[in-house]
Amino acid sequence: MPLIELKNVSFSYDKKIDVVKNVSLSVEEGEYVAIIGHNGSGKSTLAKLLNALVLPDEGSVTVDGFSSADKKQVFDIRKTVGVVFQNPDNQLVASIVEDDVAFGPENVGIKREEIGERINFALSAVGMEKFRRSSPMHLSGGQKQRIAIAGVLALKPKVLVLDESTAMLDPQGRKEVLSVVERLNRTQKVTVINVTHYMDEVVRADKVYVVNDGEIVLSGTPSEIFKKKEEIKACGLELPLAAEIADALIQRGVKLPEGILTEERLAEELCALKSKI
Amino acid sequence: MKDVTFGQYYPKDSFVHRMDARIKILASIAYIVGVFLVQSFHFLGFAACFLFVLITTITAKVPFLKVLKSIKAIMFFIILSAILQLFFNSDGEVLLDLSFIKITDLGLLNAAFIIVRISLVVLGASLLTLTTSPVELADGIESLLYPLKFIKFPVHEFALIMSIALRFIPTLLDETDRIIKAQKARGADFESGNIFKRAKALIPVLIPLLISSFRRADELADAMDARCYSGSKNRTKYKKMKLTWRDLIGTILVAGLIVGVVYLNNFYVLLTVAL
Ligand SMILES: Nc1ncnc2c1ncn2[C@@H]1O[C@H](COP(=O)(O)OP(=O)(O)OP(=O)(O)O)[C@@H](O)[C@H]1O
Ligand SMILES: [Mg+2]
Repeated sequence: MPLIELKNVSFSYDKKIDVVKNVSLSVEEGEYVAIIGHNGSGKSTLAKLLNALVLPDEGSVTVDGFSSADKKQVFDIRKTVGVVFQNPDNQLVASIVEDDVAFGPENVGIKREEIGERINFALSAVGMEKFRRSSPMHLSGGQKQRIAIAGVLALKPKVLVLDESTAMLDPQGRKEVLSVVERLNRTQKVTVINVTHYMDEVVRADKVYVVNDGEIVLSGTPSEIFKKKEEIKACGLELPLAAEIADALIQRGVKLPEGILTEERLAEELCALKSKI
Repeated sequence: MKDVTFGQYYPKDSFVHRMDARIKILASIAYIVGVFLVQSFHFLGFAACFLFVLITTITAKVPFLKVLKSIKAIMFFIILSAILQLFFNSDGEVLLDLSFIKITDLGLLNAAFIIVRISLVVLGASLLTLTTSPVELADGIESLLYPLKFIKFPVHEFALIMSIALRFIPTLLDETDRIIKAQKARGADFESGNIFKRAKALIPVLIPLLISSFRRADELADAMDARCYSGSKNRTKYKKMKLTWRDLIGTILVAGLIVGVVYLNNFYVLLTVAL
């Protein structure tokens, strides 16, 4: 059974225009899923559907056996699926790192001693143990976002949803956050759903969903997705830079294999080509 | 903008930091009462209060400059109160007669008195927020206001609102700074003109600030919901509040201050009687 299952989900804020239209998707435990789409395509709304922050008008959302249709199970869903949002400043509730991380466990009534353990666990999972007693105000964007991730991890979720959590960060901060998420997915087997519009973050995913105007228009592995260049561009998205370059080179007659997505791979192939000459 | 320290926690491991938030809140209130107990012109009482602030600052390991800066934040208010005292006090010997306004020696004394009084109150209050993290402060207030629960006052929510407000002060100050710079880059002028012109120039700062605050509030609400916030029901607390010997000593010191102030008031009376 998939960990998360959306069946024919539709949602509208104003009861007129559907922001999410008839979406079906499923996510397996331990997967790394990417959801991409241009601005206003409904990605954030989809993310909020995943942890019952908004409830579907039609269709069903099932998470780890809990249904969002049942009011009593909404909190079980929120405990299972943690969401990290875009702006780190707007999701930290406390002025001291450990107090902020404690907020989630406090909300669900966890005992004091265990909250302490969870703070240790969550902060070391994001590599921020040293900042336990500091104020988030004095941290960098990437560090703040890692604290936000810790705040979510303290609830021991099975799924981590990132709603453009790297969009406001500088390249260094982005790298920090992505490597933390990567590690969580690899070592802790946390299922990751990364909602983003950075194509290079998509490359790493096991599965990609492309959203356009509230609908899922494409889905598959990254290399399957990036073969459909025309469809991607029709959704207002761009290919990863490495893929664009490889594509342009192939068109000019350079003998490169299909399906190059990362810069490392492109460099490798070009070097291999050079040594052949 | 950045050096507005009022309300900003200064993390340190000290005697004062470790005191129970509830005692610190009550002690601050007692201290403020103490400052107000000082009768007109009995500046010795103020000296006692200042000494108290000084001792607390040193034991709290907070740089005294940080405490002093809190006065800067409300300088405008202090000066305004002093000016009102100065101009609208017509008792006492006239020192300067500007036909429509008379400045008297009593007015001058009163103005000085007001300045010292407000400053001392602010120093004490800022010591509380410098040494108590917003979460502790909120927990303390929640615990102190607990009896109000019985008249259906939303104690928990009130405390949470307070701590979030304190948490967002620096964020919003940063943002104000940014907006002012952005408007300046577009040619806005905040420095010239009379007070009304300057106030009007602030409108293009306040409106974006207000809009962005609403957006922040919205996002914060989502983030809190996502972390399973559902009010005070079944909620636990990570930080335990416990009274220790420190709190006893703090209480004794504040009580001592109040006794001292009352004694000094009477000391003056005795002195005048004796003379
Ligand atoms: N709270 C709301 N009330 C009403 N309409 C909303 C609300 N939130 C989003 N919308 C609308 O729903 C649509 C989808 O918004 P959503 O935030 O899900 O898109 P997105 O893909 O996350 O966009 P972005 O890339 O800007 O984050 C937009 O047209 C937006 O205007
Ligand atoms: Mg969004």
